[in-house]
Amino acid sequence: MGKIIYLDNAATTKTAPEVVEAMLPYFTENYGNPSSIYQIGASNKEAISKQRDIIAGALGAKSNEIYFTAGGSEADNWALKATAEALSKKGNHIITTAIEHHAILHSAQYLESRGFEITYLPVDENGVVRLEDLKAAIRPTTILISVMFANNEIGTIEPIKEIGKIAKENKIYFHTDAVQAFGQVPINVDEYNIDMLSASAHKLNGPKGIGFLYIRTGLPIRSFIHGGAQERKRRAGTENVPGIIGFGAAVKRATDTLSTRSEYETKLRDYLIDRVLKEIPYTRLNGHPTDRLPNNANFSFRFIEGESLLIKLDMLGICGSSGSACTSGSLDPSHVLLAIGLPHEIAHGSLRLTLNEEITKEEIDFVIDNLKEIVTQLREMSPLYEDFIKKQG
Amino acid sequence: MYTEKVMDHFQHPRNMGELENANGVGTVGNAKCGDIMRIYLDIDDKQIIRDVKFKTFGCGAAVATSSMATELVKGKSIQDAMAITNKAVMEALDGLPPVKVHCSLLAEEAIHAALWDYAQKNGIEIQGLQKPKSDIHEGEEDEGEDY
Repeated sequence: MGKIIYLDNAATTKTAPEVVEAMLPYFTENYGNPSSIYQIGASNKEAISKQRDIIAGALGAKSNEIYFTAGGSEADNWALKATAEALSKKGNHIITTAIEHHAILHSAQYLESRGFEITYLPVDENGVVRLEDLKAAIRPTTILISVMFANNEIGTIEPIKEIGKIAKENKIYFHTDAVQAFGQVPINVDEYNIDMLSASAHKLNGPKGIGFLYIRTGLPIRSFIHGGAQERKRRAGTENVPGIIGFGAAVKRATDTLSTRSEYETKLRDYLIDRVLKEIPYTRLNGHPTDRLPNNANFSFRFIEGESLLIKLDMLGICGSSGSACTSGSLDPSHVLLAIGLPHEIAHGSLRLTLNEEITKEEIDFVIDNLKEIVTQLREMSPLYEDFIKKQG
Repeated sequence: MYTEKVMDHFQHPRNMGELENANGVGTVGNAKCGDIMRIYLDIDDKQIIRDVKFKTFGCGAAVATSSMATELVKGKSIQDAMAITNKAVMEALDGLPPVKVHCSLLAEEAIHAALWDYAQKNGIEIQGLQKPKSDIHEGEEDEGEDY
């Protein structure tokens, strides 16, 4: 296999060299437990505290509102389950959306099995939550609204500021899963009235296995992992020191480069979208045309199936992903593509390409040129396409 | 995740395309689930499968099983073709991941659906052949929006 063109940056990203470099001494030299009294342990406490400052600064939060977790999924589980537990006397209703990540959806389903009532808000054809639906869903028993900042599959950015405002007016806690958005778009927890926010390092060129939950001061969220006094008694377990150091370095890097990176990626993304829609017939763009993550393009090619497409791209060293059933391990295509109203057979033919700042226009041209050929090949093989062409006469 | 044979049949599908003079055509599967297979058979007077072609909408395993199934039935008598099971297709491909076993079942069904169509058109009965369950009537799955 020759050169790899990695266009699956929503799945995970390459750990940046400066991140790895920052982490290395914390494996080999500064390996002490931050809870220890001696120097090589205790000094790590300070190192962690510095990273907490960097991360809090990126969100307009206070340092002691950042709680490190083992990743985005843990943060999502914690936010939902601990809020439900803490506020169960006040109410048993939670509002979320039909297009959340499974870390939210499956936590919500778990709570449903425990007697909580969950409203899964629908979305419009672009994947955007309608504010009137949200307002209508609010009940006296509503204890939490959880809406993702940006969708991981179709890249649509939700109206978080407006949702935060509605939550605040109704005195309901507001959690947002910002795993895809953090580091890609500017976020300020006060401006957006966010009470809790989940994020993960490996989506922004940090290491895997480290994330955080931002919890606004004063929220009655208790520990989800018991066993020690770490993270101000809210998250037990010896700190993942190298991970936290790497996360801090990644956030610093992401913050420093945010505007130039997002400008570059948006331009390249729009070039990719324009060429694909123009040059490959019977293709649609999934997600909002403009209110979308700078690096996300998601297409549906009619009459073909996503896994076949991915394998053919992989043979050329191109890494993408699909919402087809075959790639999800179930018989149903992606719940997100179904929620935006795509028929099953069109949802099966989806392709998500997520860029990074190292991808060049030449590489994108290479991808599009080959994509055109592969889609044509697969359509020639497709009985659906044969029927469609015969019908057209 | 796939064997070399599966990848080979996916990359270089055998007998892919349409048969204009087909006298038995069967389409099985469901676009909802992401797999549709169509088999074209050209069966001669002695009930030998003279030619066979396929078209498939589906994953790598769906394409490979259709391709392998056409290879296995080509040149065979109807009775011999009837004896080819999904297991035989899987074995010929050196196996499939467990989640893809249904693709091989679909390939077997597609052959049976094409044979059923041939039997119906010629007013004959093929021993052991039953009306295919998931046969698709033309156009039924083509109600998607246009864009």
